[in-house]
Amino acid sequence: MDAIILQILNGLDKGSAYALIALGLTLIFGTLGVVNFAHGALFMLGAFCAVTLNALFTLSHQVIDPSRTDFLGNPLRVEIPYLVEWFGEATGNAIIDWSVPLSILIAIPVMAAIGLAMERGLIKHFYKRPHADQILVTFGLAIVLQQVVKYFYGANPIPMPAPDAFVGTYDFGVLLGFDPFSIMYPYWRLVYFLFSLVIIAAVFAFLRYTTFGMVVRAGMADRETVGLLGINIGRRFTIMFAIAAIVAGLAGVMYTPIVAPNYNMGMNFLVLSFVVVVVGGMGSLPGAVLAGFMLGILESFASMAAVIDIVPGINQVIIYLVAIVVLLVRPRGLMGRKGVMED
Amino acid sequence: MLGLNKKDTGLFLFVLALIVFAPFILNPFPESSDLARFNAGYPDLMQRFVIFGIFAIGFNILFGLTGYLSFGHAAFLGVGSYAGVWMMKLLTVNIVPALIAAIVVAGIFSLVIGYICLRRSGIYFSILTLAFAQMSFALAYSVLTPITAGETGLQLSLADPRILEAANASGTIPAANFFGLEMRSGFDWAVGDWVFTFNFGYYLCAVFMLIAFYISIRIFRSPFGMMLRAVKSNQQRMGYTGLNSKPYMLAAFVISGMYAGLAGGLMVAVDPLAGADRMFWTASGEVVLMTILGGVGTLLGPVLGAGMIKYFENIFSRLNESDLNALFGFLPDFIQAPLVTVAQMFVGDGWLMTLGLMFMLIVIFLPGGLLEGVQRLGALVSRKKKTNEPSQPAAAPAE
Amino acid sequence: MTLIRKPLSRRSVLRAGAAGGALLATPTIFTSRAWAQSYTNEPTGSTVTLGFNVPQSGVYADEGADQLRAYELAVEHINGEGDGGMMNTFSSKALKGNGILGKKVVYVTGDTQTKTDAARASARSMIEKDGAIMITGGSSSGPAVAVQALCQEAGVIFMAGLTHANDTTGKDRRANGFRHFFNSYMSGAALAPVLKNAYGADRNAYYLTADYNWGYTTEQAISEATEAIGWNTVNKVLTPLGAGDFSSYIAPVLQSGADTLVLVHYGGDMVNSLTNAVQFGLREAQANGKDFQIVVPLFSRLMARGAGENIKGIFGSTNWHWSLQDEGSQAFTRSFGQKYGFPPSQAAHTVYCQTLLYADACERAGTFNPCGVVEALEDFEFDGLGNGKTLYRAEDHQCFKDVLVVKGKENPTSEFDLLEIVEITPAEQVTYPHDHPQFAGGALGTCNPGA
Repeated sequence: MDAIILQILNGLDKGSAYALIALGLTLIFGTLGVVNFAHGALFMLGAFCAVTLNALFTLSHQVIDPSRTDFLGNPLRVEIPYLVEWFGEATGNAIIDWSVPLSILIAIPVMAAIGLAMERGLIKHFYKRPHADQILVTFGLAIVLQQVVKYFYGANPIPMPAPDAFVGTYDFGVLLGFDPFSIMYPYWRLVYFLFSLVIIAAVFAFLRYTTFGMVVRAGMADRETVGLLGINIGRRFTIMFAIAAIVAGLAGVMYTPIVAPNYNMGMNFLVLSFVVVVVGGMGSLPGAVLAGFMLGILESFASMAAVIDIVPGINQVIIYLVAIVVLLVRPRGLMGRKGVMED
Repeated sequence: MLGLNKKDTGLFLFVLALIVFAPFILNPFPESSDLARFNAGYPDLMQRFVIFGIFAIGFNILFGLTGYLSFGHAAFLGVGSYAGVWMMKLLTVNIVPALIAAIVVAGIFSLVIGYICLRRSGIYFSILTLAFAQMSFALAYSVLTPITAGETGLQLSLADPRILEAANASGTIPAANFFGLEMRSGFDWAVGDWVFTFNFGYYLCAVFMLIAFYISIRIFRSPFGMMLRAVKSNQQRMGYTGLNSKPYMLAAFVISGMYAGLAGGLMVAVDPLAGADRMFWTASGEVVLMTILGGVGTLLGPVLGAGMIKYFENIFSRLNESDLNALFGFLPDFIQAPLVTVAQMFVGDGWLMTLGLMFMLIVIFLPGGLLEGVQRLGALVSRKKKTNEPSQPAAAPAE
Repeated sequence: MTLIRKPLSRRSVLRAGAAGGALLATPTIFTSRAWAQSYTNEPTGSTVTLGFNVPQSGVYADEGADQLRAYELAVEHINGEGDGGMMNTFSSKALKGNGILGKKVVYVTGDTQTKTDAARASARSMIEKDGAIMITGGSSSGPAVAVQALCQEAGVIFMAGLTHANDTTGKDRRANGFRHFFNSYMSGAALAPVLKNAYGADRNAYYLTADYNWGYTTEQAISEATEAIGWNTVNKVLTPLGAGDFSSYIAPVLQSGADTLVLVHYGGDMVNSLTNAVQFGLREAQANGKDFQIVVPLFSRLMARGAGENIKGIFGSTNWHWSLQDEGSQAFTRSFGQKYGFPPSQAAHTVYCQTLLYADACERAGTFNPCGVVEALEDFEFDGLGNGKTLYRAEDHQCFKDVLVVKGKENPTSEFDLLEIVEITPAEQVTYPHDHPQFAGGALGTCNPGA
């Protein structure tokens, strides 16, 4: 039982990332009708916002320590971060320690700017073009973005520790009445799950309870009529693109302590998140979230040793298998509308 | 000729000429010039051009005619490759059984997958094909290692039975051949400062590509092709007329799967190793890109697209800093140094960057793909000749 | 008219020849067998071309970049530029610093993309287009095995780069291929005694294994070696390549009754699985009344950097580390460090050695003919390349040398100082018979000079 609860937690955690990316993809697709293959790259860019901020915080100047030597036998140069120098040991190190959460503040404007630039500069010209063209151009963009990041940060993963306060595990078992130490779960993963819930709720609330959101939803349902009413729906859709970029970026920022970011992380999520979107049903926001968590949990179950022993290799293919079954049983995914992307 | 109309005959002869004279066309630069780095006329790359040409032609029969975007076609290529290597291991290194097995196995595999996936359309179809291909890749890489050799790739070994061949005690694995003619045999021809390489493996693949190209023209012009086009323009209306489009779709899917299988078989015929990587989703994506880049639904486009992507992958990725220094060596130092630094972002490990930018530029400015670019150029030239004639409408953007 | 500015390719010969008679209108036809070549890509000009085939894109791109640096350095040293590096400490003194057999060494580079197909394509173009006489490089076993087979067919020498799976010199060994790097079996044989000392003979190990060839052979090697010292294997779970988040594999470990986790992962997977294991508190955990321990069979400093703090105190094995105090290692580190500003990785070291070994073998054989080179390298004993006395065994073309057991350093003094050497396991202890079951099923065949 405790093993199953552990895997549910793992699944929710994985599902959080899937759901956030799929949510953004669906927002873009639902509003602009564009298949964005660069969405994984936006997730990756978010993660590198955190890496960049951390690098900025740890900018340092070198002090020569004659008592120690480096690998060539020269006197060792010790790096002292400016932050430590300006704010003192304690405050400076605390700021560096909290760089990942602080990156959220940077990531929001940066990702919004990237989103706006992408939409205005590129995507705008592709509304009326075939989906295949959209895929090609955004895929090209994704490759370029990846290469730029690789050029500056290299190909190896870059460790991004969570703040000390969130290091360690929480004994979930005690809460549920199990023996102590039976269900230990890392704090930061719990934070990630809660964070994604907050973001998802915020997006839904924004669409549901603000005038802006209502217009957007109306536009998603029938763009032409909304346009005839004299509403500049195009501008609102542009803003939705920026919001989708922010969601992907934040998902990336908070993900860095879980898996060390590298330039290729977006591509790994891209295919999976498309599967998630389609299983959820093209254009359905609740569908995307539901499918994200569902596939996350199923993936976790499939990776239990007991399951692999029975069906070898199931952990490798579970997501695709589920996708096939869902699509054969429910032609438009879990919650898809008729006629969307079927031609 | 051969049941083709005049225009198609011209096209076919054009491709024939391209293929026959490829060793000259691809080696335009003299050996001693710095530009010789951009020569592509060596056997491996020439073989790749035509093999991926076959793959893209086949893919275009499905995607170009019916509009069904399969995102899992690499699986058929991979299955064909594995079947081919197994034939070479079990029967003989003569490539004929390998090619037959590759086509047959890929055909059966695509029949099964096509039957399931064609129950859905649009992006749902794409994701279904993607899912099958990714499953094939994941299993081939891991669980199926005894059959596929997983990570290292399936290859020939001295201990293979090769039951149709005489016992071999020479300590070397016999080379793949076509009734005794080795795939890697050939000769070089030196003319002044130029060297042109003629390779048997290439010409054999090229013959297959010509056949593939011819069949594809016939399909495009046949009632069957019309039927497939009808599916693309409006499947629903077709259904109302009482026609069941499913068998036609399935036939197109299987044909294009067999093309992929042939390509996979030829790949192992010229280079006997089958790796799981060629089934990865990026490989499936690559053939989509080739087709779109060249011009979807056109006969020649996919071949051009395949050539372009393979050229970038094989030539640009191999340039390094010293190559650049040599290339820009004629410039003064203060220009050369920054130029080399910038250019380095685009070659060597940055070749993907070049490819990505190329995708974007072509899709943005040439929606119909490379072929549209060629046609526009052609229109430009002919307009210059007859200024009074109204300009030709560009090729209808492919969908 | 013969400005031979590109000192490349077998065609340079032809070029020189053709240039003389270029005015003759009749083209000359050469068939490949009428080349008057006795072996593939015989260098007849003033240069000899080597092909450096490394991953430049994909997950091992940083290793590939470090290898390229080492290759450049090796070429410099062979051509007599720079400070000579390990050429000065190398026990064989055949190399004179005037290239190989008097020919200047030039090179071409390519991208393996860590894929078998791309690696083969790149290697083939080096052989067919650029006239490379030797191919070397790679950062994983799949491409290494694939390219080795290709070189055997084409008739050139393959000097493997970083490849650790047993198969490279086991099941898939080839006469034209040589491996300097150590392998899975050696990791197991070197690690087991150290682990016994550190953690005792009574341990229950849980394996998370990368689900592909290298994972299988390494898991087998480590589990056989540790079971021999009394450890018990609780479970072996296969994980998909590039899983990213390993939480669902790590989480059940603590409840399994295991007290040791062996992470048979390399590269990005190793970084992620180790990070996840630390996140889940395995390092602080207690099991069976003992401190829970993690072991990583194959360490790489470049990867250790990605894992950050998590690596501290964790045992693993490695082929070479720059902090070694012998003359050769120090000379190499100095030479590399002065040129690039940071110490070399094990990937860089092994390819530097391979290049030097190849050049030296050609000198000693007096020819570039692959069969001559093979003969010169087989059962060649040498010293001074950083791993102590080393033997290139004739039966499987595997190097036998000391293996390092290392541990993540507790107090690193710099970003490069991440591993500390715990023990230098002598070569005798990691030597195995060439027909050992873990290596069975292969045959070298005979050397192939091509042409």
